[in-house]
Amino acid sequence: MRAAAIVLAKELRLEFRTRELLTATVIFALVVVVLFSFAFDPTAAESRRYGPGLLWIAFLFAGSLMLNPSFAREQNNETLDALRMAPISNFAILLGKILANFIFMSLAEVILVPVFAVLYNLSLAGIVWRLILVLVLGTLGLTVTGTVFSAISAHARMRELLLPLLLLPLLTPLLIAAVESTASLFAEQPALDRTWLAFLAGFDIVFLTASWLLCDHLLEE
Amino acid sequence: MKARFAITALVALLIFCAGYAALFIAPDEATMHAVQRIFYFHVASWNAMFCAFFVACYASVAYLVTGKRKWDALGVSGVEVGVMCCTIGLITGPLWARPVWGIWWTWDAKLTSTFILWLLFIAYLLLRGLVEDPEKKASLSAVFAIFASLDIPLVYLANRLWRTQHPQPVIAGGPGSGLDPTMSKVLLLCLFAVFCVMILVLVDRYRLELLRNEAAELRYEIESRGLDASNGQETPALQKGAQ
Repeated sequence: MRAAAIVLAKELRLEFRTRELLTATVIFALVVVVLFSFAFDPTAAESRRYGPGLLWIAFLFAGSLMLNPSFAREQNNETLDALRMAPISNFAILLGKILANFIFMSLAEVILVPVFAVLYNLSLAGIVWRLILVLVLGTLGLTVTGTVFSAISAHARMRELLLPLLLLPLLTPLLIAAVESTASLFAEQPALDRTWLAFLAGFDIVFLTASWLLCDHLLEE
Repeated sequence: MKARFAITALVALLIFCAGYAALFIAPDEATMHAVQRIFYFHVASWNAMFCAFFVACYASVAYLVTGKRKWDALGVSGVEVGVMCCTIGLITGPLWARPVWGIWWTWDAKLTSTFILWLLFIAYLLLRGLVEDPEKKASLSAVFAIFASLDIPLVYLANRLWRTQHPQPVIAGGPGSGLDPTMSKVLLLCLFAVFCVMILVLVDRYRLELLRNEAAELRYEIESRGLDASNGQETPALQKGAQ
């Protein structure tokens, strides 16, 4: 656990020196949101229907691009081998990276959600805490699977293209659950849909367990 | 070699008989008539697909546990054959749906999950094509196959929870509660025949993968020896052999 915290600190230090990943992610998601406003006319009633889906599509696309450097940038100087040589478990490395990506993605969402609410004329008053719960569960699922797949695609050619291809079909259940629970919050009478929340939690647990079980094969020599 | 030829001929005969039975022996369906005959191969290809993906999933787990290359070869064969069966199912499905339901496609739970399944395993094949190192390729694609297999029940569950409020043409379109006895016999024959074809292709593909692995290892050896003897006279001949 301490080892994972150290890896996390290393990832955070690396990112906050340049902040390039975070900036790129936020801008990319904003571009997607703006493009959608041309594809669908966002009047208030329409945006209640399309808004949640749009928001999550933007997050998923941004995430599938942002998660790529997580392992790929270890490749340039083969620093992953150095990490592996440290007397820590493979899962600590993976967990540290998952947590770092989770923090980056959450920070991006903290900026994006208010902007989105303003642009699409949706009110966040009264649903903030419940929305945060949905965002946390959804983002956790995205970063767990995304970090694992980033470790997979780092070894491939065309990895920037491969990661979305691997990740996005796998995330369809997460997308449905996240969109439905967000939509239940943006409805006229906001009421959080517990079934979908449980589904999101289940998704996170299944894939977190799977990555714990498989991480030795994922990071092996 | 002779035995393999005999088995292939036998399976070819079997699938021919199944095709004949489905087209001429099975009775005409009351409302759908001739179109319904696609059902015998549609259902059979799904059945074969599930068996192939089950083999692939089992082989992936076995590879990660044992680390033996033959399991990896079986895994990729299972996925390739499964994708083939899945493609047949995805093509025969709309062909049958169009005249019967009036639509080519509907975003129903079963259809959507199969489509996602197909996309995931195509991605698996892409991944294998893009990773160079054979060891890495085997273990990474096994991890991906396990993740994909875990995802499929979730996709199905999510779609069931999501779309069940809407009317489902699929339920009425299924085989229903009672099949005519001749129909069920023909269906069993078709299930068996397509299953045999799947196993035959799977075994052949498995053998091919083993041969490919062997060829790659030999080529690697030739190349490394060619480098050692870079000043020797035999280098050009060896390089020619490697190509």
